[in-house]
Amino acid sequence: MTSSMFFNVATIAYLISMIVFFAFLAGRNKTIGFAGSLIAYAGLAVHTLAIGLRWKESYDMGVGHAPMSNLYESIVFFAWTIVLLFAYIDLKYKYRIIGAFVIPFALLGMAWAQLGMNTGIEPLVPALQSNWLLYHVITCFLGYAAFAVACGISIMYLIKAALEGNDSSAQAGGLMSMFPPLKVLDDLNYRAIMIGFPLLTLGIITGAAWANYAWGTYWSWDPKETWSLIVWFVYAAFLHARFTRGWVGKRAAWLSVIGFAATIFCYLGVNLFLSGLHSYGGSKM
Amino acid sequence: MATNERSFVQDSTDFFCSLKLTLFLLISLALTSIIGTVLPQGQLPPEYVAQISPTKLQIYSKLGFFDMYHSWWFISLLYIFSLNLVSCSIKRLPHVFKFVSEPTLVLTESARNAYSLRREIAVSGPMEKCRESLAAFLGAEFSSPVVTEHNGELHLFSQKSAWSRLGVYVVHLSILVIFVGAIIGSLSGYKGFVSIVEGTSINTVEGRNGNQIPLGFEVLCEKFSVDFYATGAPKEFRSILTVLENGKPVPGYSQVKVIVNHPLTYKGITFYQSSYGQASEGSEHYITVTPRSGGTPEKIAVHEGAAVTLADGTMVKLLEATQEVREFAPGFSGPAARIEVTRKGATPQTFIIFKDFPEMNAQRGDALIFGYDGTNARMYTGLQVAKDPGVWVVWLGCTLMVVGLYIAFFMSHKRIWLVISKGHARIYGNASKNQAAFEMQFDAIAEKFQKLKI
Repeated sequence: MTSSMFFNVATIAYLISMIVFFAFLAGRNKTIGFAGSLIAYAGLAVHTLAIGLRWKESYDMGVGHAPMSNLYESIVFFAWTIVLLFAYIDLKYKYRIIGAFVIPFALLGMAWAQLGMNTGIEPLVPALQSNWLLYHVITCFLGYAAFAVACGISIMYLIKAALEGNDSSAQAGGLMSMFPPLKVLDDLNYRAIMIGFPLLTLGIITGAAWANYAWGTYWSWDPKETWSLIVWFVYAAFLHARFTRGWVGKRAAWLSVIGFAATIFCYLGVNLFLSGLHSYGGSKM
Repeated sequence: MATNERSFVQDSTDFFCSLKLTLFLLISLALTSIIGTVLPQGQLPPEYVAQISPTKLQIYSKLGFFDMYHSWWFISLLYIFSLNLVSCSIKRLPHVFKFVSEPTLVLTESARNAYSLRREIAVSGPMEKCRESLAAFLGAEFSSPVVTEHNGELHLFSQKSAWSRLGVYVVHLSILVIFVGAIIGSLSGYKGFVSIVEGTSINTVEGRNGNQIPLGFEVLCEKFSVDFYATGAPKEFRSILTVLENGKPVPGYSQVKVIVNHPLTYKGITFYQSSYGQASEGSEHYITVTPRSGGTPEKIAVHEGAAVTLADGTMVKLLEATQEVREFAPGFSGPAARIEVTRKGATPQTFIIFKDFPEMNAQRGDALIFGYDGTNARMYTGLQVAKDPGVWVVWLGCTLMVVGLYIAFFMSHKRIWLVISKGHARIYGNASKNQAAFEMQFDAIAEKFQKLKI
């Protein structure tokens, strides 16, 4: 399968991009930062091609379906959305150092998928034979990716806040000079969640619409549904926290990190540790 | 006393209006919701009851942990959440309405200093002429202004998307609408289940509590079948259903194909393909026995689990039969049976016989060749049944929520003031959100403004 080879190329591109971003962090050379972004974009292009090819290959096999039907395909798609969102933030806000904290998430996903999972294309089980699959998966994972980016930014915020808190005079010294100012990080965190929250909401709504169409209940407190609601509650809290004194800054950053941890549990933990209606998302390793 | 009451009312209003309560509720809802994803909900599986200590079981039951999303305390949290949402919105809405309906037409000195977006040009013409050309300029570049004269200055005020400030309240309202939809559904809808054997019809379904719910019409299962992929994984479960009124098929509801993800809805009641099986009770299976040496084949009929003795004393017992053998015998498909054959004075032999692979049946080099001919057993289809008149209210709420979120996050109330004084005109700008994007728009307008010759 050629798509598999391209997925490997994309994974290696993300690895190199991450290393280059780390070098950028240490060396503070703008050209290196630019190279980091370019390599990530190249990886994204190959990744896109690979997803398209896998889609086509499934049709060639006679089981044609969008490549979003099992854990392997979803994690590959998740990594793709993370890099896509990074590209958006990079191009729009020009703080490419964020790549050093966001690309590792995409790399981790791709490496796990390529090394540890069964990559075979499988036919679609009856429960997934619906156009809702596409709408539901795309909205959910774009939302998840925005939360991943927000989490990376929050980690930067917490590192910077901790280091500057210890020694306020060294505000512009060392590694920290590469980091955007705290105010900017806080704002970017908010912006990323502003993208993620409506997408997660859409993901939950399309999921509910699909569940109603396929099973006759739009909400049945299935663990996956409940965890998506938990994630929604956490980010709703984050959005309201911004208007409350005493909750801005560090606490908001922590909420964003906790929100992403809940997101990951909703995505992986529910399938691996809890049982429910989303069992087809479980791994076949 | 009166002051105490007043302060109590005041205190409780403040309490329910506070954003801190909102945060507390959101985090509490998130944390408590975890319980129901870890503990089993509804009917407890016996294995679970066996492994948990009786004290724990009792405490958890008392706390409603086994049906926590319907427990008094979780529902109470949702009610307080709604109350908080309503009081927060009621408290802030008048303020926002005032902001929208009575815009700041005149920019005071202090406000002028507060806005970072501002430019200035020198004007030489008479005030009236300035007013005319600047109003036209603002109208062309942004939106038509309202002109107010104040302290010898002219204030031109124009705005865009003032109502976008209401976005967040649309989201709050949408949550309440969804709750209303859910309540309508739980009061006047139901969820049920029914299984229909091929060729038979039903007019009631079984509710969640085991009660029989009359449908008011009949549903006939004409046929049920399953398709498989080459790998043996199921591809499609298919029921052919017909709706009957007074024993007659309803036009347009005859021979309807119902598969997973394609339900059938009639009179607000929807039927979803959910499970299937063989209605094996009392059904017969047919086996043909052919002597290898030639001679007339013998046809026998046998029930599952029962045995038949052939003319030569051989005993044939049907252990089990399936209409799709793929998952039990890879490489084969179609109907098959597992039988136990005991020749007179010999030890019993157990093997599988197929309907579609006669050569396999013959390969078993024995004096008698056994072949499976199938069964008169019928399939039954298992259907989830749901009636939910509140579902459209829920979708209305969801639509409102998406629209509200879009307005709240991606639109902003943009305002531009032009203040004309003797000798100069100044332009000021402000946006309720996303100041950076507005700044670019403002800069473009301000650039043209500064090139004006008045």
